[in-house]
Amino acid sequence: MEFDFAEEQPKFLMLMYGLIAFVAVVGGLLLLLDAVPAWFARRREAQLIAASASGTPLPRRRKEREGLFALFFLLPTLLLLTIGLVVPAIRTTLLSFMDRGSNDWVGLRNYGWMFSEGSIIRVLVNTLIWVLLVPLVATAFGLLYAVLVDKARFEAVAKSLIFLPMAISFVGATIIWKFVYAYRGDGQEQIGLLNQIVVGLGGEPKQWLLESPLNTFLLIVIMVWIQAGFAMVVLSAAIKAIPADIVEAARLDGVTPWQMFWRITMPSIRPALIVVVVTLSIATLKVFDIVRTATNGNYDTSVIATEMYNHAFRYGENGQGSALAVFLFVLVIPIVIYQIRNLRQQREG
Amino acid sequence: MTTATPTVPAGTQATEKTTRAARVRKRLNSRTATLVSIVIALVWTIPTFGLLISSVRPENEIKTTGWWTFFTNPQFTLDNYQQVLFSTSSSSGQLASYFINSLAITIPSVLFPLAFASLAAYALAWINFKGRDWLYIAIFALQIVPLQMALVPLLKFFSTGVTVAGVTVLPAWGLVDEQKFAQVWFAHTCFALPFAVFLLHNFISQLPRDLMEAARVDGATHPKIFRTIVLPLVTPALAAFGIFQFLWVWNDLLVALIFAGGGDETAPLTVRLAEMAGTRGNEWQRLTAGAFVSIVVPLTVFLSLQRYFVRGLLAGSVKG
Repeated sequence: MEFDFAEEQPKFLMLMYGLIAFVAVVGGLLLLLDAVPAWFARRREAQLIAASASGTPLPRRRKEREGLFALFFLLPTLLLLTIGLVVPAIRTTLLSFMDRGSNDWVGLRNYGWMFSEGSIIRVLVNTLIWVLLVPLVATAFGLLYAVLVDKARFEAVAKSLIFLPMAISFVGATIIWKFVYAYRGDGQEQIGLLNQIVVGLGGEPKQWLLESPLNTFLLIVIMVWIQAGFAMVVLSAAIKAIPADIVEAARLDGVTPWQMFWRITMPSIRPALIVVVVTLSIATLKVFDIVRTATNGNYDTSVIATEMYNHAFRYGENGQGSALAVFLFVLVIPIVIYQIRNLRQQREG
Repeated sequence: MTTATPTVPAGTQATEKTTRAARVRKRLNSRTATLVSIVIALVWTIPTFGLLISSVRPENEIKTTGWWTFFTNPQFTLDNYQQVLFSTSSSSGQLASYFINSLAITIPSVLFPLAFASLAAYALAWINFKGRDWLYIAIFALQIVPLQMALVPLLKFFSTGVTVAGVTVLPAWGLVDEQKFAQVWFAHTCFALPFAVFLLHNFISQLPRDLMEAARVDGATHPKIFRTIVLPLVTPALAAFGIFQFLWVWNDLLVALIFAGGGDETAPLTVRLAEMAGTRGNEWQRLTAGAFVSIVVPLTVFLSLQRYFVRGLLAGSVKG
């Protein structure tokens, strides 16, 4: 019944191989980068000496080989990005037009399936709810808290507490909240905080995660709980960056806190606000861990990312899984275009 | 709350009286703000706190009474941790084993992208070559590709290799057991690179041009500048990305699920916990302790290096 440390040894050995590979690759690359130019320099020196000894005209200094250097610096990154991201992404796009075993072309059938199958439409609606709610609520909360804490004492501690869930894995956070939502039958003592509060207020305890569509909103709470800290930190920094003389001038003019917020704070932090909303939208589109850990996509809570995983890796439906992945990508694009346009306006304005 | 206090209409003269009133109001404001913000922060922490309390209560207590009864009836035990970490019966967590997996996955997955991306970011910022800007934009744009787009083909790449027109270009990796760590390192490194290059480029490109030119004039080569000037100056940025990547990899579920498999030879804590939450959803004595085992490392890293993390967050998101 005891944990046997010796059994874990192969893992440490593997980790060591990994670290040795790291040192070899990076060290080797740096060494190469050092040795090659040094060799060229020595050769040139030798040429110069030979030339001056024999009295022939000095060889002209050649153009520096900047491009060659750049290639070596960029080599690992470009190689890995090609193998690990670019080629697979293209392949996934192709696979989405093929059948489940990736043997025959089926045209748009996978996409047709996506928009006609009732369960998948439910998934798309759920994803939409997530993407509408999470950025909105998390940003609103983060903004309110950032404004509030700006005037408060113990600012650092309060901010750390809100920010803390960022360090917790989605899986860990989901377990934390599943415990809050835990249910004990009627008459038993409740162990979940939410049911305890409901009972304390005279209500009936509920199996929260089984009740659609409420369960989706309860899962969204988890995401908001994690991400509000991110919104708060970025927005708080933006608020602090508002020039003090503007704030002071407004104060001397006697504006109300309300006016201050809408006329000074909001316009000043608009760029940061957009970045936060965009970042959260993209993160929410890809949400996977929370849904999988909490309900495994059952009880009408599934979202695109969990469904993509299920189809591609559990049901062996490569075509349908790929189509879902491509759709996810398509959904990200307008958000990114919106942000790029905003950035451009900012630079010009 | 703060808006309820009477306000001075615009245009009134700032007499002694109003400034004193303003000062009082400001203090009141700050007192309410302090109170409200601390209350919210505490409410925010309650779910985590409840889990922490539960993890040190005896099994029977956890399952029959709420964790808040701990304060009226404190019973303390570390059995849950002992069980979930070290017991080898398959019904318990065996988390010690998965903990080691998490470590073995995370360390190289942080180091590789850190090294490769800083090299690439330097080249993109300070070496002149044709098409540099386009290359940077291309890498930058790769950030928006969801990693879901790469999963199926990448897994195929590992398991069957690459064949072009019937000719095997690259053989299958054919990894077993703990060797699968290499797959996970590879996947994490690939997925991290676009953001890593972007973040580090933000820092490296802002180093003073004079400094670089002076070094060039003195005859320093690019590798030398990179090692002796750039790396020491951007250490905070390296730390920022390092923490990011550490938290991301340690907390990741999707990549591990696909590339590490589910066994105790390779799967990290998150995979095991997600599995326990599914199959043993009512064994709260194990889930609570297990969740804390997985939380404790990132939390320590995060709290001790929060400064760098925040700086990286701001540089990565706001500067654009």
